Amino acid sequence: MTTSLLVLIVLALGVGGYIVGRARALRGVGGDQRKLHSLPSYYGTNVAMKAIVPALLVMLVWLLAQPLVVESSVRGDLQEESVRQDRSVSLMMSDVRRLANGLDVAVESGMMTRERAANMRTEFTDVRERLGEAGVALGSAVTSPVLRAAQKYRALSETGDLLRTGIVLALAVAGLGWGIRNSTPEYRARNVVETGVRILLILASCIAILTTVGIVLSLVFNTIEFFRIYPASDFFFSTTWSPSFGGGSELGILPLLWGTLYISLIALIVAVPVGLFTAIYLSEYASKRVRSVAKPAIEILAGIPTIVYGLFALLTIGPLLLSVFGDSTVGWMDAGTAVMTAGIAMGIMLIPFVSSLSDDIINAVPQAMRDGSYGLGATQSETIKQVILPAALPGIVGAVLLAASRAIGETMIVVLGAGAAARLSLNPFEAMTTVTAKIVSQLTGDSDFGSPEALVAFALGMTLFVVTLGLNVLALYIVRKYREQYE
Amino acid sequence: MTDATANAAPAAGRRTSKSIIETDANTRKRNAAEARFRYYGMAAIGVGLFFLCALTFSILRSGLPAFTETAVTVDFTLSQEQFDEAEGQVLKTAAYEGFFVRELQAELNEEGASDVEVSEAAVGRIMGKVGSQIREFYRANPDRLGEEVSFTLPASSRVDRYLNGNLSREQLTNSRFLEPDDLDIVDGLVESGVMVNAFDWGFITGTDSGVDNPGGAGLGASIMGSFFMMLVVLVLALPIGVAASIYLEEFAPQNKFTDLIEINISNLAAVPSIVFGILGLAVFIQFAHLPQSAPLVGGLVLTLMTLPTIIISTRASLKSVPPSIRAAALGVGASKMQSVFHHVLPLAMPGILTGTIIGLAQALGETAPLLLIGMVGYVARQHPDGLASGLLDPNSAMPAQIYTWAARSDPAFYEKAWGGIIILLVFLLFMNAIAIILRRRFERRW
Repeated sequence: MTTSLLVLIVLALGVGGYIVGRARALRGVGGDQRKLHSLPSYYGTNVAMKAIVPALLVMLVWLLAQPLVVESSVRGDLQEESVRQDRSVSLMMSDVRRLANGLDVAVESGMMTRERAANMRTEFTDVRERLGEAGVALGSAVTSPVLRAAQKYRALSETGDLLRTGIVLALAVAGLGWGIRNSTPEYRARNVVETGVRILLILASCIAILTTVGIVLSLVFNTIEFFRIYPASDFFFSTTWSPSFGGGSELGILPLLWGTLYISLIALIVAVPVGLFTAIYLSEYASKRVRSVAKPAIEILAGIPTIVYGLFALLTIGPLLLSVFGDSTVGWMDAGTAVMTAGIAMGIMLIPFVSSLSDDIINAVPQAMRDGSYGLGATQSETIKQVILPAALPGIVGAVLLAASRAIGETMIVVLGAGAAARLSLNPFEAMTTVTAKIVSQLTGDSDFGSPEALVAFALGMTLFVVTLGLNVLALYIVRKYREQYE
Repeated sequence: MTDATANAAPAAGRRTSKSIIETDANTRKRNAAEARFRYYGMAAIGVGLFFLCALTFSILRSGLPAFTETAVTVDFTLSQEQFDEAEGQVLKTAAYEGFFVRELQAELNEEGASDVEVSEAAVGRIMGKVGSQIREFYRANPDRLGEEVSFTLPASSRVDRYLNGNLSREQLTNSRFLEPDDLDIVDGLVESGVMVNAFDWGFITGTDSGVDNPGGAGLGASIMGSFFMMLVVLVLALPIGVAASIYLEEFAPQNKFTDLIEINISNLAAVPSIVFGILGLAVFIQFAHLPQSAPLVGGLVLTLMTLPTIIISTRASLKSVPPSIRAAALGVGASKMQSVFHHVLPLAMPGILTGTIIGLAQALGETAPLLLIGMVGYVARQHPDGLASGLLDPNSAMPAQIYTWAARSDPAFYEKAWGGIIILLVFLLFMNAIAIILRRRFERRW
């Protein structure tokens, strides 16, 4: 039975339960609603909730857990074989999965009977050819242990599916029965339903925690795996980045960090003055009409997806810079993709970010401070420079840090605009690459997840996560501390 | 006035005039500084607006040509005998090409441009494989044999770019794709009106075409991919986000656990999107073995990414409902849960929807996480048929498709990428406009 059909059946049971529960409660008092403890709909909801929620939760957990259980059981069988063949278990596991899927397809399309798929032996049948006929392409020839493992995989999955269907349906029916039995006039249905809803609300807000846990776990486990096969000191202190999938790669993070920081620095050099002056002008000088036009116009820049900035960098800024600084003039630049190209595009992206954050902060400076300064005879610009900006400084520093964290984590602009070569150089017109761009290039493509060249992406991701998180926490701390002074 | 004298007194010696009508040097300097400062502000806004205009201009200029294609329209009649004859030959498509060239020449003669002479080789260079397209049509519709059928066949992307002015004659004739005479034929075809530039619906509805055919590439399949992803985001993120906000805003007690949730939400809002891609790869693909490149996985990743946005805006709109509403509901005997679900939530709904739409718009344009779950590099050649295939079959998404095009080496794809951006921005504009209208129409000030 497919999962979607199962879900539909459980939902149908729930709807049926609602109707029956409501009717039973009403019948208990002879149709006189006032004699019920709760409104009739609560009795219905009570039944539906008891039928649906536990069943679906169990199903969800089962769906997640079953592949794990099946896998670890099959993996145990392959251990011995893997030593003999000198191949990693995870590689063999992916063969097993592919073969099991292939057998499923073959059975489904009627090419093979169920029994045949379960009992086939490599000694008697060319499995690869048979599956090829069914339209399933396998990479390598099928060895006997792999076939046996795949058959076990299928058998276990099938049993698991059957058990799951049974248990979920049993739970739904049991919940239904329990709910209907409860539907008596004195039953406090509303309180039960409200407690249930409350638990669901709490579960929903725990998703945020789960996401963080998921991020941290997926980064930490893979990073540990990476450091097991590649020394951590080389990763953090080596100055060369030259991955080669054949082995013998040097994976030093320093050139990538340098590229990231350099590009972010240029982005901030573009964004901070423009953004800050925009904020100052809009909050201190501009008339209401100018503000109502200019502020949304600048903020449009914030709503544009980063892929657009990436393409703008690659196809507009790059060629433009090349025609100014390229071989035909001063010869500083060889190609359109460079630190400068990505930096400028990223700077444009960050302008509205800096300006709207600074705008809020400048507006939060109490009017009394301005009035005091004007009263002493200062001009408007003197007030801004000597009173407002010093008062707003912590907040502005916070805004700049937030912008820096955005710049460090930005991916599309650097993937398209910054080039692919990792180098340590001071020339802003040279191509360099960043942490994010390398995460993308190491994880796209058909590399094996067990190799250090792919796993390094998780270590890079971990570094990125820690750095941006640190910057954000610092920025929020500074902003919060500043706010406490005036409110 | 007394102020001025008192203020100026310590600076004795530098003063040249005691008059308040005449401005002294110091005042002039201060006024100049004031004006300068003001100009800096204006210049900053000018720079911002200039970037906005430059961006818009380069998108429109490079992207609009993607929406038109150069095509040749020929009325064509093929008899049963001709069809049988062509099917009997070894080079079947070449036979159809022969028919096509004959009809094209006839059309040219009719239009009074008989000095333009087309040959099969030239047509092959200008228009690509016309023969196979005609053959496919007749094999699929044998009942149309003997009738007059109007074929509109696209010219190659290079001809397209030549006529748009993106490639000069010299650039083209130096390449190995076209010969100098071909461009004369193209000019002749355009002059006689046989070759026209028409709006290309295929770009909006079609599918991606692979590396070697930029002319036929369309965004349609990836629009469907994006649509299914947004469906997943809407179905998951809206209920979960609203539920979480209700709990945090209305029920959560002040304790460590609540603080933990709140810190998590504000930190997640600032995590770089690529990290969510890593999460999706590790959890949904490596761990749960969901299919790669599937819109379902993309939708799940984007859901986790948009949740903080939705939660933050939902909490703001729940907070803006005045406490008197809650008090009144409780006063007439509603339970806490009833007061929230029957009174507060409906009043906060416009704000919640606005926040959700803005979150969706953000998710629609997000590219980086999609790169990691395999939506790039997959050539979306097929439209999904039905819900299950839409969610589970590999597909691309709009921003991922744009990236794929931008990363291809043939510059003809750049035009498609810009065109794709125009479509993407139109969707975003549309969503944001709905959000603004919702806010204007339904927002209440208490």
